[in-house]
Amino acid sequence: MIETFAALAEPNRYRIVELLRTHERTVGELGERLALSQPLVSKHLRVLKEAQLVEVEPRARERVYTLRAKRLREMSDWLERYRQIWDERFDALEDLAFEMEQKEKAHERRKRL
Amino acid sequence: MSDANAYEFTTHVERASDRELVLRRTFRARPQIVFDAMTKAELIRRWWAPRSRGVELFECTSDPRVGGTYRFVFGRKGEPPMAFSGVYKEVVPGARVAYTQIFEPMRDAGEGLITATYEPTPEGFTRLVQRELYPSKEVLDGAIASGMEKGMRETLDQLAVLVAEL
Repeated sequence: MIETFAALAEPNRYRIVELLRTHERTVGELGERLALSQPLVSKHLRVLKEAQLVEVEPRARERVYTLRAKRLREMSDWLERYRQIWDERFDALEDLAFEMEQKEKAHERRKRL
Repeated sequence: MSDANAYEFTTHVERASDRELVLRRTFRARPQIVFDAMTKAELIRRWWAPRSRGVELFECTSDPRVGGTYRFVFGRKGEPPMAFSGVYKEVVPGARVAYTQIFEPMRDAGEGLITATYEPTPEGFTRLVQRELYPSKEVLDGAIASGMEKGMRETLDQLAVLVAEL
């Protein structure tokens, strides 16, 4: 089960993802930018890795983290499809509500005459 | 500027937490009318089914009183129908409604809670905020994961209609 939403719901993890959007970074760089201890950054990265949001690559003596765009794209694609379904429904609802209101106003006008 | 153009007559969806989605939309009608259109069965029938996706609403009942129930049976022609159902928990006509929701084919997943508020604008329009709290983050994650299997585009659109609403 992916845990994309849960992983991103934590503010520091969200900031990590934001930082990785521009380019890959090491744990040390992330810790500096976020003013967090290295163990804490590692803990957040582990959650992001389990949610398949980041990938790690050992390079020389360092571990370099990159963003896995696919997972983020999937989430936004899904939300966009969901939005489209409701947009279609609400467009139809809007037509109905507008029509109901116009009828009601016409009725009120007739009553006043 | 306080005219119709100041509002966006399109739907916004936002992930508010790991298990909550929030939909927003403005309608050119006053809250009581939008509220009625979303809670009275004979009116729901006129807009609910996303027809461009071939989905039809076969049955629709709704008793918008606290403790009252609703049930929507829907699907595509030639496929087994499915249903959403639930119980009204809060009903303030023209202002607010809250109801539970079960997607019957996945009853075990638990029930979600949907809360809609209808706020009047100075122009006499309605700003709708619909909060959808999923039974668990796993259900929402699962909806997204299942929506992503390759080569399942068609089922997918259906899944998005079905599962997304839990």
